[in-house]
Amino acid sequence: MSAPSQTSELTESVASAGQLVPALRSAAAAGLVAFGLCFPIISYHAESNMENELVLIGRWPLSFAIAALVFLFVFLRQMARADWRIWFDRVGSIAAGGMGGALVQAAREGEGTAPPSAARAAFGRYFGPFALGLVIAFPLLALGLLGPSASLKWINNYGVQILIYVMLGWGLNIVVGLAGLLDLGYVAFYAVGAYSYALLSTTFGLSFWICLPLAGILAAMWGVILGFPVLRLRGDYLAIVTLAFGEIIRMVLINWVDLTNGYAGISGIPHVSFFGIPFTDDDNGFAAIFHLPFTPIYRTIFLFYLILALALLTNFVTIRLRRLPIGRAWEALREDEIACRSLGINTTNTKLTAFALGAMFGGFAGSFFSVRQGFVSPESFTFIESATILAIVVLGGMGSQLGVAIAAAVMIGVPELMRELDWMKKIFGEDFDPTQYRMLLFGAAMVIMMIWKPRGLVSTRLPSVFLKERKAVSGDLVKEGHG
Amino acid sequence: MSVAAVAALAPPLLQLRGIETFYGKIQALRGVDIDVNKGEIVTLIGANGAGKSTTMMTIFGAPRARRGRITFDGHDITELPTHMIARLSIAQSPEGRRIFPRMTVFENLQMGASINNFAHFDDDLQRVFALFPRLKERAPQRGGTLSGGEQQMLAIGRALMSRPRLLLLDEPSLGLAPLVVKQIFEVIAELNKAEGLTVFLVEQNAFHALKLAHRGYVMVNGAITMQGGGAELLARPEVRAAYLEGGH
Repeated sequence: MSAPSQTSELTESVASAGQLVPALRSAAAAGLVAFGLCFPIISYHAESNMENELVLIGRWPLSFAIAALVFLFVFLRQMARADWRIWFDRVGSIAAGGMGGALVQAAREGEGTAPPSAARAAFGRYFGPFALGLVIAFPLLALGLLGPSASLKWINNYGVQILIYVMLGWGLNIVVGLAGLLDLGYVAFYAVGAYSYALLSTTFGLSFWICLPLAGILAAMWGVILGFPVLRLRGDYLAIVTLAFGEIIRMVLINWVDLTNGYAGISGIPHVSFFGIPFTDDDNGFAAIFHLPFTPIYRTIFLFYLILALALLTNFVTIRLRRLPIGRAWEALREDEIACRSLGINTTNTKLTAFALGAMFGGFAGSFFSVRQGFVSPESFTFIESATILAIVVLGGMGSQLGVAIAAAVMIGVPELMRELDWMKKIFGEDFDPTQYRMLLFGAAMVIMMIWKPRGLVSTRLPSVFLKERKAVSGDLVKEGHG
Repeated sequence: MSVAAVAALAPPLLQLRGIETFYGKIQALRGVDIDVNKGEIVTLIGANGAGKSTTMMTIFGAPRARRGRITFDGHDITELPTHMIARLSIAQSPEGRRIFPRMTVFENLQMGASINNFAHFDDDLQRVFALFPRLKERAPQRGGTLSGGEQQMLAIGRALMSRPRLLLLDEPSLGLAPLVVKQIFEVIAELNKAEGLTVFLVEQNAFHALKLAHRGYVMVNGAITMQGGGAELLARPEVRAAYLEGGH
């Protein structure tokens, strides 16, 4: 080995040393995300044993291998010459499908100058996709770990229930978080959607997929009907009128017995079918057609993915709209209505679209509610529901999509978890009934959280439009309302 | 013949005739007549509570004039809703600036361009950044984190984004350091000189405003008591006594 070649090698390695640290960081982040995604999807494998019981077999080496592969791939890509990277990207997206593409995309975004708080930024960037992967895998994970009968509770009480509130939270977020219109009667639109499906399906025999858009349209119409009289109101006054509106809808549902059957509610609402295939125990049922043993879990899993898709639709539409002029007009309206008007924005239309869109998603969620329950009654649409949804939006940090999702999981999941406080009997003795303290503990947790994080869980909002660089400024630095 | 003299022959761009505005039973404006010709800087000065800002807001239809007529470029705008008035290319930098505090500087400027559907947005953005380089530095920052002077620059910049034919400025000097006031007034003079932008300026800072303006009006208790050229008003002993000596 001659001396000159050694020095040239040396300079090369020195030149790439500057690249090394960010490349390692990107690769490590991508590897972690891959591992996180593997955990629910690949790490366990369900197999039936001799007694035809499902058993779980750990596949940890495979998960580690995949994570290592992703690490290596992203690392090589980061270290490669710029003109080669495109090939890495193509291979990545073809080889690993959507997941690989997402990882490469994430790595690409991480390029360039390393942000000051890289760890935090990386957490913010990867948490969303990671959580989504986990949510998508959740029913399969539960099914694999607990078996069909035990997982039903988890998928239904936690999964589906939380996702309904995630969707409602995202819907209300358009009205409260983005447009800044305090709506205490959001449950009214949920009720309109639920009764729309219940009545249309039981009276006219329409299928869920036809009723879903109809319920959305009807709820949006009621959103506009509420919107008109409250156009001039803001803050406290708006809150009172919307609160009354929610109660009016409930009172109508109770008292218009001919249509709604009053307190007794509407039962016998057709259950959801798998695109025409019912989830029943007979020969035409889902289980028989797909050669699976019959259990009610398939319907629950289908409902889970249905509400997940609806919630993601809400999220997608909100994110898209925020980048369009109407979305920015909502935010400007929240900040300063007078300034908005003097900039030529039609505040009437802007408010009505916010009410209508928020109501529409409430209506979607409502029709999902009734197809899931098979029964609706006015008792499901009391003020406490509106308050819960509003609390989710506020706790999540007004206007933050991820924050709302986390808050919904906490607000709905924690009280459910607190049903299982039996371990407390070991501390406080057998006479102690933990369920009595459930709401007390929950209330205390909420108070503590609002003291600790008064602007909600995710108080940092990334600008929806930006010039060259994004700069997140914490909500704490900015005054509420007028500047 | 000077620019102002030529413009004076054409009908005024903005004309207020006999404007009377009420807040409930209380009369705030008592028959205000004001002309703003194309290419002019016209200022309205007066003490606190004289009705200057009410005049400004009445032009924008909030509150609406109970009597009288406001025309812009020959159109009667007295009864138009506020956002329609804005869409006729009248832009306003309102009192107290009223920027959007939780939106970024860039987003604030975008909001200003919404009435012309973001046509020539990039050109206008560069123009505003050239006038106020500080805004370019602060572009990704939230409006509420700016200093008072920067917020005022943002309010004016946001108004300019719509390429207005008439710019209404309500107390741009309010609460600002003298150096910043000077800087902002220089920009207004520059815009008027270079682009012929018509400006209607409401100010308490009579000295600066009259020095800048071609013509001025003095308002007392909701009525115009004096009018004339900027320099001419500045020289009048009663104006000096009331608005310039002591206090300013």
